[in-house]
Amino acid sequence: MATVPVGATTVGGARRRRPDDPSRERKVSLLARIRRDKVLLAMIVPGFLYFAVFQWLPLAGNVIAFVDYQPYRGFIDSVWVGFENFATVFGDPTFYYALRNTIVITVLQLVLFFPVPIALALLLNSIMTPRIRSFVQSVVYLPHFIGWVLLVSIFTQILGPLGVLPNLMEAVGLPPFSAMTEPWFFPFLMVIETIWKDAGWGTIIFLAALGNINSDLYEAAAMDGASKWRRTWHVTLPGIMPVIILLLILQIGTILSVGFEQIILQRDAVGPEAAEVLDTWVYYHGIQDGEWGPATAVGLVKGIVGFALVLGSNKLAHLLGQDGIYRK
Amino acid sequence: MTTTTRAPRTDVAPPGGNDPAPAPPRRRLAPRRNSRRPVWDEEPGLAASAAKALALLVICFLAIYPMFSVLATSLSSQEEIVAKDGLVLWPDRPTLAAYQQILSGGVVTDALVRSIGITVVGTLCSVFFTVLMAYGLSRPRVVGGRFWLLSVLFTMFFSAGIIPNFLVVSELGLLGSYAAVVLPVLISAFNLVVVRSFFMGLPAELFEAARIDGAGDLRILATMVLPLSKGVIAVVSLFYGVAYWNAFFNAMLYLDMEQWPLSMILRQYVLLGQPVAENAAMASEMSAPTQAIQMAVVIVSLVPIVVAYPFLQRYFTKGVITGAVKG
Repeated sequence: MATVPVGATTVGGARRRRPDDPSRERKVSLLARIRRDKVLLAMIVPGFLYFAVFQWLPLAGNVIAFVDYQPYRGFIDSVWVGFENFATVFGDPTFYYALRNTIVITVLQLVLFFPVPIALALLLNSIMTPRIRSFVQSVVYLPHFIGWVLLVSIFTQILGPLGVLPNLMEAVGLPPFSAMTEPWFFPFLMVIETIWKDAGWGTIIFLAALGNINSDLYEAAAMDGASKWRRTWHVTLPGIMPVIILLLILQIGTILSVGFEQIILQRDAVGPEAAEVLDTWVYYHGIQDGEWGPATAVGLVKGIVGFALVLGSNKLAHLLGQDGIYRK
Repeated sequence: MTTTTRAPRTDVAPPGGNDPAPAPPRRRLAPRRNSRRPVWDEEPGLAASAAKALALLVICFLAIYPMFSVLATSLSSQEEIVAKDGLVLWPDRPTLAAYQQILSGGVVTDALVRSIGITVVGTLCSVFFTVLMAYGLSRPRVVGGRFWLLSVLFTMFFSAGIIPNFLVVSELGLLGSYAAVVLPVLISAFNLVVVRSFFMGLPAELFEAARIDGAGDLRILATMVLPLSKGVIAVVSLFYGVAYWNAFFNAMLYLDMEQWPLSMILRQYVLLGQPVAENAAMASEMSAPTQAIQMAVVIVSLVPIVVAYPFLQRYFTKGVITGAVKG
């Protein structure tokens, strides 16, 4: 989650890096420039075609949200119905489950997951011996590379109805608790899995920030008699606060997207009322049940709101003096 | 992992000395002091050290034990699993029976071969097109540079949604073809930006010198840029490879049962507890996979990730930081 594409800031960087006056550039005609750059263009165009066909073309496909789409009729002959699909969605009680569950899971992730990488990074940063430190880092980064199918399979072995934990609880005389089939526990299960997978990976960006804190500040604080805890409070935390704020803001941008693959794999174990989120709602209603229009409508609204949240949170980052995903 | 080491410490040694360098002789201020600890930093008490060690042990245990438990179960016989109520710490008589059964041909073996094929071909294609496009976009003053770049960056903020993506793939006639699990995820905008910013950080003199020597862009890329970019290419290869290996949703949407990769078999066996069969009648004749078999499939899917991990590990933190900070 911490691997934010902050690299997108290159737009500004590229422009500044040109030392020569752009007005001189214009004297060369477009055709001549195309001829001059033909090799570079041949490198760019295949990749561009990918983005055009598989990223931009589907955007146009969102027009289905406004028609009564039937696959056998195709796009052209589908009847325009305006906002009827949206009305269908808002009249559907299952949509409200999905909305509620999405918000519950997102808020829990924010409250319970977000502080974990920070705490873990502080702990890792306090390890003095490089060998121990890099060993622990290797161990906690590994789960990031385990995909959701694998991860859920592994968790089934531990927390599932036949897994280690229920058997262990039974062995010591407690009533067995099957964490993966209890509807009320589902949002917590999502958070636990996310912590296992990404808490270690999330430390990378905080460790980098911690490494950038000037050690003179610590020394000065220690000379003034500040204890370890006071140094953490008055030097370390202010030092990484910009990164914390940045990541928090970026989280707001993804508030409507809770792990789609993670949830679709585990939804059936607890039923849709507890586990349906917006993305799985779109999948089941659209691709499974053929309600193409309403499903696309939900996907479109989710995309637009998500986009607005990303732009809004970046605006907020800029107001707070941070770079955000892109620079001003 | 140079990026995660701390700034040079103000030690007894003159400032600016690198950490790993042999420590110059100095007076010991306190017995058994950690030599890496700065003088002003007091040594933690016994209780604090013990608590820290305990916390680290618990964290490592929580990260590793689930995988270890899967391994132990996969090496047990079904009788032992039943006798121990599913709680196998380590099998009394380890057996490779489950592995022999799944790897001696049949559904899992075929799926494993398909998964390897998809991962290898997919990663090669992805890295190839990512490097080409990143190089093209990294050269200043290429025609339409800003347009190409923005058309990529915008896709990081907005995605069309599941249904329109599905319809594009089906309208292109890719349903039931392996291209459907590669083409829609061919280039990741994030990886592209990482590679591009690495290329842009290479010294401009290098390119000028090569151009004066008469080398074209292809030649510069192949003979100069690529050898300098092994690290960043290793990182994006890892990211692409892991993504292809783990992918299941596109396979579920677009592939037929006889084309399933390992991740889909995993879902069928472990999460649904069902055999892989064409229809319900056939499924009822086949027995459900035993727990040992299920866990053996988990281990087979896990092995490539764990094996590739140490080789690429020394590159990836660097790569993530490059992408995130360098810009």
